[in-house]
Order: sequence, then C-alpha cells, then structure tokens
Amino acid sequence: MNFSMFQVLPWIEWVAASALGQAISKSSWAFAVIESVHLLALAVIGGAVLMVDLRLLGFGLRAQPLDRVARDAWPWFVGSWVVMIVSGVLLFVSEPLKLYFSTPFFWKMIFLLSGSVFAVTVRRKVTMAGDGRTPPLVMKLVGLVSLLLWSGVGSAGRWIGFG
Amino acid sequence: MSLLPFCQWLAETPGSIALHQSVYAYPLVESTHVLTLCLFLGMAIMFDLRLLGLTLVSVPMTEIRRRLGPWMAGGFVIMVITGALLFYAIPVRSYQSVWFRIKVVALLLAGLNAFVFHSGIDRRVAEWDRDSVPPPAARRAGARSLLLWGVIVVAGRMIAYNWFDCDKQPQPRIVNVLAGCVVPAPEAP
Repeated sequence: MNFSMFQVLPWIEWVAASALGQAISKSSWAFAVIESVHLLALAVIGGAVLMVDLRLLGFGLRAQPLDRVARDAWPWFVGSWVVMIVSGVLLFVSEPLKLYFSTPFFWKMIFLLSGSVFAVTVRRKVTMAGDGRTPPLVMKLVGLVSLLLWSGVGSAGRWIGFG
Repeated sequence: MSLLPFCQWLAETPGSIALHQSVYAYPLVESTHVLTLCLFLGMAIMFDLRLLGLTLVSVPMTEIRRRLGPWMAGGFVIMVITGALLFYAIPVRSYQSVWFRIKVVALLLAGLNAFVFHSGIDRRVAEWDRDSVPPPAARRAGARSLLLWGVIVVAGRMIAYNWFDCDKQPQPRIVNVLAGCVVPAPEAP
C-alpha cells in the first residue's frame, strides 16, 4: 500500500519540479544536512516521548508526579515535532516520486498521524490529569500505545531507506 | 601508527564479509543503531537539559540520574555493540573516513567531558542537587555534551556519503591527510 492509490501523480510531479524540490535534489549536500537535522530532532523527540511513556509504564521518573513530568517534556516534544515536520517536508519535497510509491513511507505517515493525534488527545488528557485520575492499567496501556506508535514512525522511517 | 593493516585484515575475516554482504543483518544492525538514538541520546539530552536548567528543574539531579541513568546506560551498551558491528562490517572504508574520524574524536571528547564533570562539580552535587539552575561548571558540562553529541550524530550520518572517500581521487590534500588515504605519488612528467 502506498500514496499512489490516491492518484495525485500530477500534484506530486509538480512538487518534484518545484524550485525547492529541484534545489534540494540537485545539491550534493542539502539532503544530507536536512537529514542530519531530522536525526538530531529524532533524538530530542525520542527523549521527550520516552520520559513520559516510561513514567506512564511505571518506570523512569516514577517518584515524580505524572503531570509534572508531562508538563516538563511537552515544550521539547512540540519543538522537536515541529523541527521533524519541517525537515521531513523538505526531505519529501526533494524526492516526492520515490515516496509517493513507497510502502514504508505510507505506513510512516499513518503512524505519524496516529501518534500525533494520540499525543494531543488521550495521552495528553491522561498525563495532564495527573496520578490517581486514571486506572493504573489504563495509564500503562496509554504509555504502551504511544511507544508502539512512535516506534512505528521510526522503524517505518528507517525502512524507507531500504526500499 | 596506522591501523590500516589491522582493518584490512579485519575486512578479510569471514564474519566481516558475511555481515557486509548480508541482506538483512546489516540493515537490522544499522537500524538498531539509529533508533537506539532515541533511548540513549534522548535520555542523555534530557540529562544535559536538566544540567542547563531547561527541563525537569524541580527534580533533583541525583534522582534523574538514579531513574534515567539505567535506561541511558542500557541504550549506550546497545549503541556500542551495534556501532562496533557496523565498523566490523566495513572496517577499511570506516577507518579511512573523515567523518568516522571526526566521530571518534568527538566521542573521546564527550567521554573526557563526562570524566571532568564526574570528577569535578558532580562530586559536590549534594550542594546543588535541588538548584533549578545548576552551577556554571555543571551548565558548561551540559552544553559541551549537547554540542559534542550533535557532532557525533551528524558526523555519523555523513559516513554514509562518499564525498571524501579515499578511492574518489583527486581529493584536497587536507582530506587525504585527515582520512589517512594512501595515495600513489603522481607519475613524473
């Protein structure tokens, strides 16, 4: 399964031919630099997500109040998410045709959308409510789902390179 | 002293050849190396940001180390093992890579930075454990760590690109020197 099922090839070709797409794909170093930024932001978002998910699962900073850990991690999560999206869009623009027909890219976007929606809805609600508001089992489940969704984004992302 | 003969020998060992030519093992090791970044470096970044007073400011430094340290250490072990395997699969090209050499130097500096931190201001951690903004020496250690790990990640990613590879001549002299390329002397005209 990939994005070609939406049959938007003319639009993808327009992106590929755009000045920005051409500039990045023709440069010998632009892609590598953007990829590095993407990777640096990955480390930050990894830390920000893990810190909270570990806490939800009962590990890591388990002596600290849940909402405090979540609140402290939030700006780093949002900031690195924005950097990930901006650098990711630039990477996409430089090789849209490859990604249009890529199965891993399709799954990465599915996981990304699910993970992001989950992060600002259920997970945020549960973490900001603090301890004692959610049954422990539900808290663990929320942490596990979040971990699985973001692992999916990372693994599928890595998989794109092996197409 | 050149480690080139050792790397050349290593490249000829059956294990190295098998890993290099494997369809699944190499990509799997590489992916594990990259994704463990989230665990090891993610935790290390949170630790450094705490040293800079930028996150978890109400959590004592010692508590962060006690709770997050084991995760960071576990991630580090995976990083080292997978990293060693990646080198083992492609020893000569890695050894003669400018980026790999930058990465190794930055890793050594990061280790030195950690040593300076632990044998210095960290010995008096009891005095600043609960400070929302730790003392300057601790903040400097955190900033240096972030900078060095950034260099390590970027240099590591760049190893994949062959811009400065020894078999891609002519290269600027500085590249050949830094990469330890063995370049045959130009023939006399």
